Amino acid sequence: MTISKVNFFYGAKQSLFNINLDIANNKVTALIGPSGCGKSTLLRTFNRMHETVKNARLEGEILLDGKNILSQDVTALRRRVGMVFQRPNPFPKSIFDNVAYGLKINGSKVPLAEAVEKSLRHAALWDEVKDHLHKSAYELSGGQQQRLCIARALAVEPEVLLLDEPCSALDPISTAKIEELLVQLKDLTTIAIVTHNMQQAARVSDFTAFLLVGQLVEFNPTPQLFTTPSDPRTEAYITGRFG
Amino acid sequence: MSGRLRWRKFVSAFMLTLTGVCAVVAVSVLFFILGYLVFHGGTSLSWNFFTKLPAPVGEIGGGMANAILGSAKLLLLAALIGVPVGFLGAIYLAEFSGSSTAFVVRYAADLLNGVPSIVIGIFAYSLAVLPFKHFSTLAGGFALGLMMIPITLRSTEEFLRSVPNALREGAMALGASKWRTISSVIVPAAYRGILTAVLLAFARVAGETAPLLFTALGNRFWSPGWNQPTASLPAMIYSYAQAPYEDWHRQAWAAGLVLLVLILAINIIARAILARGAAVPRS
Repeated sequence: MTISKVNFFYGAKQSLFNINLDIANNKVTALIGPSGCGKSTLLRTFNRMHETVKNARLEGEILLDGKNILSQDVTALRRRVGMVFQRPNPFPKSIFDNVAYGLKINGSKVPLAEAVEKSLRHAALWDEVKDHLHKSAYELSGGQQQRLCIARALAVEPEVLLLDEPCSALDPISTAKIEELLVQLKDLTTIAIVTHNMQQAARVSDFTAFLLVGQLVEFNPTPQLFTTPSDPRTEAYITGRFG
Repeated sequence: MSGRLRWRKFVSAFMLTLTGVCAVVAVSVLFFILGYLVFHGGTSLSWNFFTKLPAPVGEIGGGMANAILGSAKLLLLAALIGVPVGFLGAIYLAEFSGSSTAFVVRYAADLLNGVPSIVIGIFAYSLAVLPFKHFSTLAGGFALGLMMIPITLRSTEEFLRSVPNALREGAMALGASKWRTISSVIVPAAYRGILTAVLLAFARVAGETAPLLFTALGNRFWSPGWNQPTASLPAMIYSYAQAPYEDWHRQAWAAGLVLLVLILAINIIARAILARGAAVPRS
């Protein structure tokens, strides 16, 4: 996925400035930066979720497989670019129906039971829920709900999976499980993750982009960005001098 | 104790008693009405009341089977009009409209809700009775349906709005269209609230009399068809209570009791549905 010359506006206020970024296939790319730097806004443009906000306007190009996503059918795009949100947001349905939802609405012909099991296994949730697939998703713990949301997103086999601070509402053990999962998932899909937690970015990602007030300050392989940052502002941020 | 303090304590005790008495009055009105209805109507309430037609003038006995069926038909018609319009309108308001459109529609619905029922009756009379030159069940159902629209619309909208935005985003991020999101996630998440709203709207119009007086009119016999006047419980109470016969008065009380119990039952069911908890935990 290639982000090219992206400018973003909420009404008259510009919140992203000329962002250029390459999200490498089957790698984990982390977007980090202090609150309000635009990292979530940037992530939400990758599947055009920004269009649900009024007065939001995007300039520039975002290419997926060489084609601009902005000129594609938005529902078809979102089937290819999945998303997991900050707070677990399972639907008020059974565990099974949550995972099957994306397949059902897409009229998928694959056998549902197999696809659901596969996705739940990928999300490392199968063993915990296999005996009560028809219970309400709300009976799961927060961490399990978030893994359910990951399974739900994986079920439609997206090419890219976006995660918007997926662990910020979770306890440390659930967080560790999800981090472990992300590292395994990159064989299946390309991952972009927004996080305010620098250690998390360092642990899970291959590439890291550092944003500051709507500008992309530095984009490098994660080990390099955290050990020998090329920009003094990156160094100041990762050593905890601000943010 | 100084005089001033004593005075304050007296005022405090007096006001506490006054507010308590007012609270008791508020509650006891309901129980008083219930008791009164049971006392006067309970004796006339027999199997005949539910199965027999009204007795000819001058004869003792008979029932109100035709009015019970009539009320059921009228409510069915009202629901056929009020529920779809209110429900779909609420979806538009909650999910699609801009803030200014929503404001206008919401305000209009509130005003419509406040229109006296007799005025709704005149409106239905001029629209659904005059052109056809006769009273009918359809006209009565139409009047009640009009009254159900704003009640259903406003409360359904509230329940739809209370569905967390995260669910909308979750569905849309999976490639669901807006309509798909609404029909497969938002409405199921709010269905308990919507059901409650519909039941309460039912309870509200079930006892309406004024709009029926010059639409469905009334009937001493079985209504021959949807296109003909029909008896209904509220209209029956109205005419029986005014009649000069002791037996009719008792029957009117019985009808009042039946109507009140019906409305109370709907209210209790609605509350029970809501109390089972929202489908979606609030965050």
